[in-house]
Amino acid sequence: MKSKPPSRRRFLKKGIALAGLAAAAPAGLAITAPPAAAQTTASGTPDLNSIDAVLYGRRSRFVTTVRAIEGVSHPDRMPPRPTPYRPSARTPLGESMGIITPTSLHFTTQHFYGLPDINPDEHKLMIHGLVDRPLVFTVDELKRFAPVSRIYFLECIGNRPSPNGKTVADTHGRTGCSEWTGVPLSVLLKEVGLKDSAKWIIAEGSDGGKHEKSLPLSKALDDVLVAYGQNGEPIRPDHGFPLRLIVPGFEGIFNVKWLRRLKVVDQPYLTFQEHSRFLGSNPKTQPDSYDFGPTSVITYPSGTHRLPRQGGYVISGLAWSGAGAVRRVEVSTDGGKTYKDAELSGAVLPKAHTRFVLPWKWDGQEAVLQSRCTDVRDQVQPTEAEFAKYWGFTRPQLYAAIQSQLGHCNWIQPWRVTRDGQVSNGLPPIGFVADVHAG
Amino acid sequence: MRADVATLAAAVLFGAVGVTQAQQQSPSPSGLGRAPTQAETRSWDISIGPDGAELPPGSGTSAQGEVVFMQRGCAGCHGPTGTEGPAPVLVGAKPTMSTNYFPIAYWPFAPSIWDYINRAMPYDRPGNLTTNEVYAVMAFLLNRNEIIREGEVMDANSLRNVRMPHRADYKGPAPWTPDTRRGFKILP
Repeated sequence: MKSKPPSRRRFLKKGIALAGLAAAAPAGLAITAPPAAAQTTASGTPDLNSIDAVLYGRRSRFVTTVRAIEGVSHPDRMPPRPTPYRPSARTPLGESMGIITPTSLHFTTQHFYGLPDINPDEHKLMIHGLVDRPLVFTVDELKRFAPVSRIYFLECIGNRPSPNGKTVADTHGRTGCSEWTGVPLSVLLKEVGLKDSAKWIIAEGSDGGKHEKSLPLSKALDDVLVAYGQNGEPIRPDHGFPLRLIVPGFEGIFNVKWLRRLKVVDQPYLTFQEHSRFLGSNPKTQPDSYDFGPTSVITYPSGTHRLPRQGGYVISGLAWSGAGAVRRVEVSTDGGKTYKDAELSGAVLPKAHTRFVLPWKWDGQEAVLQSRCTDVRDQVQPTEAEFAKYWGFTRPQLYAAIQSQLGHCNWIQPWRVTRDGQVSNGLPPIGFVADVHAG
Repeated sequence: MRADVATLAAAVLFGAVGVTQAQQQSPSPSGLGRAPTQAETRSWDISIGPDGAELPPGSGTSAQGEVVFMQRGCAGCHGPTGTEGPAPVLVGAKPTMSTNYFPIAYWPFAPSIWDYINRAMPYDRPGNLTTNEVYAVMAFLLNRNEIIREGEVMDANSLRNVRMPHRADYKGPAPWTPDTRRGFKILP
């Protein structure tokens, strides 16, 4: 939206200049005393040879990909912010590879100001309510259960294609995919013993407003994790350190961060976040408030990319579904008139990002690239027109509705390639800004 | 109740945290975890269900609530009468296609509103209102939305009996099973 990631080209130019200086330095450089020019990078980070860099690895100064800061949602309706204010941020999918999102680039959002700064030695998880024996676990105790590690995508319900998105981070950056390590919630529920009247679980975080979400017990017993690890290390503070719930395939809001309490109850508790879902005037809203439908998006080439010349390229993207594994991804280079099957080029895992690729020879003519996902339940990703028709909306109504309670916007995202190789959003423009974050 | 060896051993082991619950409940299958103390459960368990069964003792009126609203930070964001903003309109609002959150008058159960004010408001200093202040603000907002009369006292009993005007619109959540299909029936 308003803020842009730093210009890559600018960084590259600076980097090349610095690299030239380093190359001119005398041979036999002492590791402990590198020349001043090599000590800091364009962005001011210390030298690769420093002990800090040895103890905790860092990326090349030539790699400058960063998350995209979220624009202010409903600026006229938000209370005054503290300074400094921590905004939400989107995954830079346009420069993604494989299926794992680096933790430091994984999208992040929170419902209250600031992140809790939790000492894991003092943090506890209480499981109580309609159980035989309520229990309090320390984080160390949870790690003594047999750990499981599974790869799952997370997605915010506010992730949606939009004509106003310039990059694929703008349109689809509120998703990421990680390997999560933790204890199956079903194991912990056996520890406390469920009473017959148990039907729902409410999960609560330690953040400022104690974010709370109701979860059907059927899902809790299926594949939910109480996670403490993300991509091989403790979950980071912006992803819920030291404990978070992972509810695979469900709306992001179920994946309660800084998890402190699970209460077993007999009904959904209609928490604040549930009121904006359950009461939509359109009855179709309700069954859609759990798992995401089939989604895919081309990440290369995508908005703001530029193809330098005609010739061979590999179209690449990500597909996922809350229903399970991706079965098929088709790619069109003519705006959806014809499709070809893309190759699923890596691990094809349930409720995980799946990478697809399709070699493509660009003839230098205008092209519209888009992808379509089919999942294991044979659910097919809709076009924008099909999605609007399903809800009974005109196009302007659709883009008005997605500012509010309408989520699960999984329609096909086209990217237009012009004759000069410039790639931009292929959805026709609409007359107002509709890509605000629903919170 | 049978006080078996394991229970007695657990009671001895728990020592300092040896509270009533710990002495009564059988150990977990793994032996990990401990029973929460009553004080822990009391202070952590702030969840109020839609039927308001957990609402704590306390009370407040609309007149008291107006004072709280003006003096404890509500008016600063929602406006002096709850209509001016910048934060969401609390009085008299109607949902529209671009309503981000449903106006509270459209919430089906009043105790849910109590829960959210209690846990999350004021937005920049959540959890700072006393129980009586939350009841008072509830009375103020329900009165200004013409759901209760001026002077009506809100407490655990009266709040759970408030009939919200759009209660009948709430149909309850759809059940979920691992093979629930989404609504789309669009096939290639």
